[in-house]
Amino acid sequence: MDIFIQQIINGLVLGSIYALVALGYTMVYGIMGLINFAHGEVVMIGALVALSVIKLLANSGLPGVVIVLIGLMAAALVCMAVGFAIERVAYRPLRKAPKLAPLITAIGVSIVLQNLAMLIWGRNYHAFPPILPNGEHEILGATITSVQIAIIIIAAAMMGGLILLINRTRLGRAMRATAENPGIAQLMGVNINQIISLTFVIGSALAAVAGLMVSANYSIAHYYMGFVLGLKAFTAAVLGGIGNLAGAMLGGILLGLIESLGAGYIGDLTGGFFGSNYQDVFAFLVLICVLVFRPSGLVGEKAAERA
Amino acid sequence: MKPISAALSRDHLAMTNTSPLLIVEGLRVAYGGIQAVRGITFHVNSGEMVALIGANGAGKTSTLKALARLLDAAGGSVRYAGKEIVGLPPHQLVGQGIALVPEGRGVFPRMSIAENLLMGAYCRSDKAEIARDVDYVYGLLPRLKERAQQLAGTLSGGEQQMLAIGRALMSRPKLLLLDEPSMGLAPIMVQKVFEVIQTVAREGMTTLLVEQNAKLALEVSSRAYVMESGEITLTDDSVKLLADPKVRAAYLGE
Repeated sequence: MDIFIQQIINGLVLGSIYALVALGYTMVYGIMGLINFAHGEVVMIGALVALSVIKLLANSGLPGVVIVLIGLMAAALVCMAVGFAIERVAYRPLRKAPKLAPLITAIGVSIVLQNLAMLIWGRNYHAFPPILPNGEHEILGATITSVQIAIIIIAAAMMGGLILLINRTRLGRAMRATAENPGIAQLMGVNINQIISLTFVIGSALAAVAGLMVSANYSIAHYYMGFVLGLKAFTAAVLGGIGNLAGAMLGGILLGLIESLGAGYIGDLTGGFFGSNYQDVFAFLVLICVLVFRPSGLVGEKAAERA
Repeated sequence: MKPISAALSRDHLAMTNTSPLLIVEGLRVAYGGIQAVRGITFHVNSGEMVALIGANGAGKTSTLKALARLLDAAGGSVRYAGKEIVGLPPHQLVGQGIALVPEGRGVFPRMSIAENLLMGAYCRSDKAEIARDVDYVYGLLPRLKERAQQLAGTLSGGEQQMLAIGRALMSRPKLLLLDEPSMGLAPIMVQKVFEVIQTVAREGMTTLLVEQNAKLALEVSSRAYVMESGEITLTDDSVKLLADPKVRAAYLGE
């Protein structure tokens, strides 16, 4: 039973991170009908920038939490700039091109960013310095760390903030209007280029937070981490129904839970034949099942309506 | 009914009927090599409703789209309130006072009626005035008020057309462009939509009405232009056009 609770906790933490990244995919898809496959690399850049700044300040005598916040700010600013640039360079010139073209440039951007990161940060794994309070708390026989609690709370707060932004503000209305019909939104006076840029910037800020969370929770970051993480977050977005914000959140949390429960029990279920190193299988099994049985996702609308 | 109408009648008096608010000269629109609009010239005076009628494919909607900057003009000039607007980005037009009610209505189906109206006022920041104009629109279109929180996609075609008109009014336009407001509507709804259009026009709104239903358009407008294969072939007071045997034969089915 305590394994079950433990895996639920791990799944919630992982799921919160997936959800933040999945939001970036789904927001861009909702507005432009485009899968930004470079989004995972933005998460990686966020993790590495944050880590670099944190390492730099690790011996400065500042409290750990303050150092991490400074790292987060730096990561968010860099990621926002990167997200803005990705849209300008790789997608805007192809706004009227067939959908396949920006998909290919997305993969190109992804490769460029990975190699750039490799040049800057090298091929090695970077360890997260132990500057955060590593308190452990007991819940129903399972343990949860302070970092994990913080991850869940911060992710929930950011998602709540995003929902308010999208549903209650003038900017959010303009974003939804652009997603529904860019031509008509323009007639209302919406500068859709600006809205699209902002969408990338907001998604990238969420990615920066997620990147820091990954490196803080798993104590590690490297230039290749964005690829699989990005694919999984994309899976989460598809699971929830791509283009749908609530769907991305739900899909992220569910995928985190599926993965961590799957990894926790796969050994028992297969008599030890498969170990928890098969964790990644679950995400892609989910992706295949969703695409086959419910392509519109759990809460998504029919895919035909966009496209 | 007060806010928009009051604002309008003031503008109306200031500019008087004789000054053209919109002057289109030699406007051409082309899709690839095909010329949809072949150098047309017309104007709309402040405070009047002008109709642009013609058969399907005559180039009416292309003309309107070029005016609203949704299409690039291939040539010619469009002067609005004395300024050339041909090079302006489309999202800046509404701030200048031009509102288009597009063909096929174009409401945001997954936004509520209230939100659709707020989108109409997107370029405005005067919250109190916006709230008054929302009330004005609800006064004009009471059916929308009952359903303010409902998604626009759940409305009937006629109600969506009303909403599109209400939304356009929310920007407090000086020039209202209406593209085929009767299209695809049941006759009873067409009548209701045109009652609304007439009410707005009577309050002094300068309006350019593009309409396939020539009879209806001529009945509500003061002047009209007849378009045929991308050219304006006839223009006169609407009353005279209504009586013109050629127009009656070609467009009124007699």
